[in-house]
Amino acid sequence: MDTLALLADGFATSLSPFNLMIVLIGVTAGLFIGAMPGLGSVNGVAIVLPLTFIVPPASAIILLAAIYYGAMYGGAVSSILLGIPGASTAVATTFDGRPMAQKGEAGLALIAAAVASFVGGTISVILFTLFAAPLADIALAFGPAEEFALVLMAFTTFVGLGGDDVFKTIAMICLGLVLSTVGLDLISGQPRLIFFDMPGFYSGISFLVLAIGVYGVGEVLYTIETSRSAPSVTAARLTFRELGAGLKKMNQLWRTMSFGSFLGFFVGMLPAAGATPASLMSYGLAKTFSKKPETFGRGNIEGVAAPETANNAASTGSLLPMLTLGIPGSPTTALLLGGMVMWGLVPGPMLFIEQPDFVWGLISSLYTANAAAVIINIALIPLFVWALRMPFTVLCALVLVLCIVGGFAPNQKMHDVWLIAGFGIAGYVLRKADYPLAPLVLALVLGPLMEKSFRQSLIAEQGDIMVFVERPLSAIFIGLSVVFFVLPLIKLMRRNKGKSLAPAE
Amino acid sequence: MLVADRLIAVAMMGLSLYFMWHATVLPIGWVEGAGPGGGAFPFWLSVVMLVASAGVLLRSFSRAAPHMDEKFIPDADAVPQILGVSALLIATIAAIPFAGAYVSLIVFLLVYLRLFGGHGWVLTGSLTLATPVFLFFFFEVTLKILLPKGWTEPLFIPLYAQFF
Repeated sequence: MDTLALLADGFATSLSPFNLMIVLIGVTAGLFIGAMPGLGSVNGVAIVLPLTFIVPPASAIILLAAIYYGAMYGGAVSSILLGIPGASTAVATTFDGRPMAQKGEAGLALIAAAVASFVGGTISVILFTLFAAPLADIALAFGPAEEFALVLMAFTTFVGLGGDDVFKTIAMICLGLVLSTVGLDLISGQPRLIFFDMPGFYSGISFLVLAIGVYGVGEVLYTIETSRSAPSVTAARLTFRELGAGLKKMNQLWRTMSFGSFLGFFVGMLPAAGATPASLMSYGLAKTFSKKPETFGRGNIEGVAAPETANNAASTGSLLPMLTLGIPGSPTTALLLGGMVMWGLVPGPMLFIEQPDFVWGLISSLYTANAAAVIINIALIPLFVWALRMPFTVLCALVLVLCIVGGFAPNQKMHDVWLIAGFGIAGYVLRKADYPLAPLVLALVLGPLMEKSFRQSLIAEQGDIMVFVERPLSAIFIGLSVVFFVLPLIKLMRRNKGKSLAPAE
Repeated sequence: MLVADRLIAVAMMGLSLYFMWHATVLPIGWVEGAGPGGGAFPFWLSVVMLVASAGVLLRSFSRAAPHMDEKFIPDADAVPQILGVSALLIATIAAIPFAGAYVSLIVFLLVYLRLFGGHGWVLTGSLTLATPVFLFFFFEVTLKILLPKGWTEPLFIPLYAQFF
């Protein structure tokens, strides 16, 4: 009952004319950002983040969450019409979405993607509403040892579940953590890692600078290289008759969509997992349990619905640990977390007590954003088809201008703009060499919390490292961290053993 | 890809050593009464980064090295484009303190859209003019964030008088 009352209060915030307008703008912008190949929710949020200083924090986070939501819907559009996923989260949608478009069913595929996204979004927002407050209550029992153990677990999930190269993931996490220590020491206040004695480093390296660099400039460079020839756009018309027929067809997919929603929500909550593996898992399971698995990959509507429900549900799921524990579940939520810290809000259980208007305003805005996204998505399909024909060079030029000016705006220092260029070029090279960038950004965001909780715990126990395993919750997190860390090593050993047993060619 | 992998791994190892050297400015061990020293966290993390990067390097010499048959840059034609855009970006940032954000960004857009995009004068001209106008009204008039003007500062005095 409490939850319902708080949610009702939240709707009073999110349904104010100004915030409603913010949701509509955010969702529309997100849909276009998500639909553009090479740009996804993480790029959209990174580029737009510096512009949100114009509105109050609650409206700023609502705007960014709406962009996030819109981008998850938009990702399917280019997957279906171009055969190129707008973002990695929409990769699985390409498998059946593109064949459907080639068969002349682009409209039906787009309806399926929109409706499935809506179902995934709605179910996961309901789960979010139910779980948010109890999880925040549990998190209230956290001390520095638990905080450290939880952050450690977030990093080890990247090592164990991320699916990337283990050595490279560890190197990226450490690089992000070291960069987070640049500036003044948290406890003694003494300067450290002031490279070349440049005064700009005294205030540390903002996560915003890193994010705009790697996700803005780096992504533009990467996309210039990978999509130099313009792909052809499949035309899509959408009549009311087709809409009705599509909705009727979707009615038969309840089992797939419900399963995808629950799976997506819980996978999305894991720090390293997020929407991409959730959508791939959902696609794989839908195919496994299908009566006609051979039709998958040839234009099966279930193959569009399954990943789209899961990726939208996962995007909501990843917001839950960010708000309740201060641990982001995806690179985009790491940016949202950084934004909240910039606006003076401290994510975690106390946020639910100190800023209930903000928290429940955000939660209720997810309902509004979800409803707005499905309507705007279907209504704007002809516009998407037109926008996808826009030359990528125009988009690149505008994104780079926004990166330069958006990077300068928050602190008004050219030092930050130089760092953005440096991180952008470095990010491009690292990405090409298969170094994962999400752990780098996450580490920069979580670094100060990790160091503070680590040092506080040790100071309180006079250097006794056993403090991390003596407290039950902390011990559970440390245990899980060990499992996540050891898991890929076992896999690696098995693979190597398999190779050595295989006959030589 | 293997050569690039090795070069990047060596660069990461060099960066780790540089971080370690910097971190030793503050104590890296236990400080009586104050817990771990201010340099401990960055120093030991740099050590882990060094070991992980060394792992990448060593693995590249083994038979199980990943991406062995891949190319770092599959499309050689893209190299001039990437280098050109990077150089243009750096030149633009370098020019901002002297020529101001507006002049630098106008030149950036002109060069980018015309040379790299191969667009016509109508599109290039309209975007080159519309973008700085939008930036001025959004950042300076609405957000009250002044962008660097360099030697173009006097040209903006009439605009300041009009809008502030």
